[in-house]
Amino acid sequence: MNPAMTTRTLLRSAATTSVGRTPIAARTLASVATSQAAPAAEQKPRIKKFQIYRWNPDTPEKKPYMQEYELDLNGTGPMILDALIRLKNEVDPTLTFRRSCREGICGSCAMNIGGTNTLACLCRIEPDEKPTKIYPLPHTYVVKDLVPDLTQFYKQYKSIKPYLRRKDAPTPGKENLQSIADRKKLDGLYECILCACCSTSCPSYWWNSSEYLGPAVLMQSYRWMADSRDQFKEERKAALDNEMSLYRCHTIMNCARTCPKGLNPGLAIAKVCPAAALRGVK
Amino acid sequence: MLARTAALRLATSASARTTVPRAVFAATQTRSTATTTKTTDAEAYSILVAQRKQRPISPHLTIYQPQLTWYMSSLNRITGVALAASVYLYGIGYVIAPYAGLHLESASLAAGMAALPIAAKIAIKSAIASPFVYHAFNGVRHLTWDTARELSIKGVYRTGYAVIALTTVGAGYLIFGV
Repeated sequence: MNPAMTTRTLLRSAATTSVGRTPIAARTLASVATSQAAPAAEQKPRIKKFQIYRWNPDTPEKKPYMQEYELDLNGTGPMILDALIRLKNEVDPTLTFRRSCREGICGSCAMNIGGTNTLACLCRIEPDEKPTKIYPLPHTYVVKDLVPDLTQFYKQYKSIKPYLRRKDAPTPGKENLQSIADRKKLDGLYECILCACCSTSCPSYWWNSSEYLGPAVLMQSYRWMADSRDQFKEERKAALDNEMSLYRCHTIMNCARTCPKGLNPGLAIAKVCPAAALRGVK
Repeated sequence: MLARTAALRLATSASARTTVPRAVFAATQTRSTATTTKTTDAEAYSILVAQRKQRPISPHLTIYQPQLTWYMSSLNRITGVALAASVYLYGIGYVIAPYAGLHLESASLAAGMAALPIAAKIAIKSAIASPFVYHAFNGVRHLTWDTARELSIKGVYRTGYAVIALTTVGAGYLIFGV
């Protein structure tokens, strides 16, 4: 390596970074190719309006407000997340939201779109005149724009000990085996990606989020109660059998209605309730 | 930050070396690295509390899409509260009626109702019958759910529409048929 050359490169980048950051290449992926290349001639612009919740922690005295953006759907991908990324790239780089996998498996881009909680990457853009309203997940502390503070949600998840708990270890060299029928009992439970769409759609969780565990966490608790390999089922039930943790579910069923993965936390809770209340009763 | 603009690529090959600096720089990304500090759980919590004092709560009831699920649930709560309050108020009123000179016995109430114009009769009967019938049928719906039946989206909507239909018929009967 040529030491002189290294130094020069570093100096150069130092000079430039102090002025402005190099744009990150990955950000440009969202717009489909036609938006960068010459757009197809005489394509009629299809303008779509988005109204997006904005709040900046650097100016906390300024109240949250809705900002309207317009985007030509030609050259935008089909999903709301594509539109958000394009807005951030081409219109307003201060727009802030979480995203990662863009295919509905990470749960990062959970937000309230058109009045329901869903994943922006799984939600199609409605190509109509009406502006689409986008809010952060309801009744959460807002970190910035569409980014909610999920600290409490994750803490609650941790509190149910979401992992296999055994009183005896399997024979050395063997795994904890399970029949195919027992494994089937976990279908519809294990697919949860913890995006918090259901919990933040639940009015009960809105009013009692400090103590009520909420649909997502309760369904995961049931996921371990339903697991034939878990040996702490009674302890799991006992941990939920109090006034607030579990029984604040009023079967509103917003959870199942909103789940972007098509799961049913309400049903799981309905199975946990008698199990917890009647534990020890023969 | 500088550490990130790695000069690594310089070392790759001799041919690259001749073309380097500009090309390398163009391909190099810079990002500010986040600074992290070690905190105890208690410190982290106090930071969180301080942050929450600044942070707004995102809108909820006012922006959530009207759906049968939570509309019927809130209606169940409201009718329950209203019915319970009416029973308590009437009960207390009945006890103190002789001392307050009120006539709350069935006979005088019936006579009072009969003297009202027809529109007032319908209004009063609807105001009492509709919440009562709705709350009763929705209670049956809840009991069904407690046995883990009809707890799918399809089931919730099917039973929901059934309750609305039964309420209309039942309340209609109580208002016009009795």
